[in-house]
Amino acid sequence: MSNLAKFKIDGVECMAEAGKFIVEAARENGIFIPTLCNMPGVKPQGACRVCTVRINGRLMTACTTPIGDGMEIESNKPDLIDIRKSIVELLFVSGNHFCPACEKSGDCELQALGYLYQMMVPRYPYDFPLREVDASSPYIIKDQNRCIMCKRCIKSVKDEEGRSYFAFHNRGDKLEVVLDKVLGESMDKQTAEKAMESCPVGSILVKEKGFAKPIGTRKFDRKPIGSDVKL
Amino acid sequence: MKDTVKQILKQYGSDRNRLMDILIDIQEQLGYIPKDAIDLLAANLGMSQVDVEQTISFYHFFSTKPRGKYAIYLNDSAVARMFGYDSVKRTFESEAGIKFGQVSDDGLIGLFNTACMGMSDQEPAAIINNKVFTRLTPYRVREIVKHMREGKAVEELMNESYGDGKNQLPSLRSIVSSNVRRKGMILGDDYEMGTVTKTRLTKMSPEAVIAEMKHSHIRGRGGAGFPTGLKWEFCRRSKGDKRYVICNADEGEPGTFKDRVILTEKPELVFEGMAVAGYAIGSDEGILYLRYEYRYMKDYLNEVLENMRKQNLLGKEIAGIEGFDFDIRIQYGAGAYVCGEESALLESLEGKRGEPRDKPPFPVEKGYLGMPTIVNNVETFGTAVKIVLNGGEWFTQFGTEDSTGTKILSISGDCMFPGVYEVDWGFNVEDMLDMVGAWEVQAVQVGGPSGTLIGSKEFHRTLGYSDLSTGGSMIIFGPQRNLLKDVVLNFMHFFIEESCGSCSTCRNMTQVMTNKLTKILNGKGVKSDLDDLQSWAKTLQASRCGLGQTAANPIVSSLKNFRHLYEALLQKDKDFDQGFDMEASVQASCNYVGRVPNFNHH
Repeated sequence: MSNLAKFKIDGVECMAEAGKFIVEAARENGIFIPTLCNMPGVKPQGACRVCTVRINGRLMTACTTPIGDGMEIESNKPDLIDIRKSIVELLFVSGNHFCPACEKSGDCELQALGYLYQMMVPRYPYDFPLREVDASSPYIIKDQNRCIMCKRCIKSVKDEEGRSYFAFHNRGDKLEVVLDKVLGESMDKQTAEKAMESCPVGSILVKEKGFAKPIGTRKFDRKPIGSDVKL
Repeated sequence: MKDTVKQILKQYGSDRNRLMDILIDIQEQLGYIPKDAIDLLAANLGMSQVDVEQTISFYHFFSTKPRGKYAIYLNDSAVARMFGYDSVKRTFESEAGIKFGQVSDDGLIGLFNTACMGMSDQEPAAIINNKVFTRLTPYRVREIVKHMREGKAVEELMNESYGDGKNQLPSLRSIVSSNVRRKGMILGDDYEMGTVTKTRLTKMSPEAVIAEMKHSHIRGRGGAGFPTGLKWEFCRRSKGDKRYVICNADEGEPGTFKDRVILTEKPELVFEGMAVAGYAIGSDEGILYLRYEYRYMKDYLNEVLENMRKQNLLGKEIAGIEGFDFDIRIQYGAGAYVCGEESALLESLEGKRGEPRDKPPFPVEKGYLGMPTIVNNVETFGTAVKIVLNGGEWFTQFGTEDSTGTKILSISGDCMFPGVYEVDWGFNVEDMLDMVGAWEVQAVQVGGPSGTLIGSKEFHRTLGYSDLSTGGSMIIFGPQRNLLKDVVLNFMHFFIEESCGSCSTCRNMTQVMTNKLTKILNGKGVKSDLDDLQSWAKTLQASRCGLGQTAANPIVSSLKNFRHLYEALLQKDKDFDQGFDMEASVQASCNYVGRVPNFNHH
């Protein structure tokens, strides 16, 4: 038991295997720290910053920071909650997210965080950017209006040779996630499904499958995001 | 085309980690990176095409379309704009018959903007096919374009005299001036190359070298200020099959150019410093990561390295010390400010997009190719030689208690004598302004856009890690400058352009805040907009790297020190902005179609 670390989140005593990432360690202790870009089985990337916590006065991402013995973590503090909410709002205004018309509504993690943080109207003006929809692949649609650049598809969807189907293109405000033309054309159904599952929002959709699961029975329709974690 | 690409791939052993070198060679030999070349790279490197393209599209100097036989990159930084960018740009456009961002139909000339290229002491400046042209004027531009039409080689366009100092050497032949205005321990001429290697390292253990570095209290000269001795010690203690010494010569902070001058005038001091570091941490390989803007130094720096190898200051058993093998190669960036952040630099060195890494782990544990790595600034390596030469104790007599030694400042803007000045830390801003001949000063940008904009009330403050910290960029603005429009807005556009885009915060917030700044500049601002700017900036603190965390500094620091400039632009009678003015819109619409509005009708 020597590799167990004792730590505190907002004063609550916790324990987990040392070296585990804070998000996971917190989850094991029944504490929910929200994430968007993090996904099981993929090296954490700290891209969305939604899991920002404070350790020794410094802001760190809980998905990339390993737990250490004696660590004191602040998570549910008003200013940190405001940063998280502010990031969710930023993601909303910088894309074109029209929840009522979205196939992913109810299964969308961004929407769920919007509800969790009781976002009514974003504090930032909407940007209404002009974005494209790429439907060139036989099985999937890549809708750039809804992409939040979380990198989950880039990191998790690979072919047998380890090549990425998706990649970033450009940088800064021109950044987008694009699908490889060659690999996109030869993509099989299972990979397409995997790509859609990797997407926390409705940016990657399998064609003709948008409403396979009826609204009302979806992941966050009855319970808010994170409710599976709380003890 | 295919043969060229295959040849280049072969030269780098089809190594994915050398993708940057491969792409640079293709771009230089073919003038762009064609689609077919991307296919070939993808097939040979075991990557998808989008994966290759994500590296290409990250860097400013890569292009998948031809950029012209003469690709002209004109610097559009705030300082360039102070000294005639607009008229130089207009002349280029009228002479070439195209707009910026275009290539002429005959493929002869391409016009592009580029961010600060380290020539702030001699703006306006441009890079044309890797050669730097400074002090441009409309007349020079007409002459240059005329010569291009006559088919002259780039070297023939440089009909001015070469710059001062080593810029005149046959292997450099550059019209850039070094403008060294004040020398100290680094820029001074009293050191003979190799003295430390031959007379100190032969008698010192690696631990003793680190001990002197720690004793000197030197902190990193790039801006972040981490204690160098500690960094070296951490790296030496980290486990790894190999260790790397990386010199960060990606100085991209607008207004900084001192590394250009150090590498021009004292390159052997920097390289020897890297070797000293290699000896201290137990590394046999060093890499100078040089920004592409300084590609014009390539032959010159390679010659210096070759010369050092000949003298056994690099290579095997250096200075006869058993087991001390160390050599240096130069790798180039391709136009990305964020690569000056050490972990982004490492990503770039590995052939990837220059996205900063999450820390921990720190580079000293897992750096280049996952091995323990130190990344230090050009100036830090130069200083290390002098510390080992004279001892850490000697070094502490310079500067202040928490900021020991000297600092090389890059001073530009509204002053008589722009250039580099090596001063002891603890220098105050007032003295600095008097030193460079700045008579009337409205503001000074200390530390570049990511630093602070200060006004006369703060000119008594001193340069040092505990007061005004700076990597060396000092830009002076006279009373005639419009700070918000010409400086702050320019800096914000720079950050938007240069963000890697990985963090939602830096990718989006810079844009949102700049939109609000533009609204205020357009006379549409209200009082609550200023409060918004102040509070919105806080979210940027959650960004991964220093670039993101400081990306709102132009607005935050000008709002703090020059609030009156903002307030003067606000609408006087409004505290609140309803966002949409119904009556004004109806009026405008009616004017357009020729009707009379009826505001009483419901």
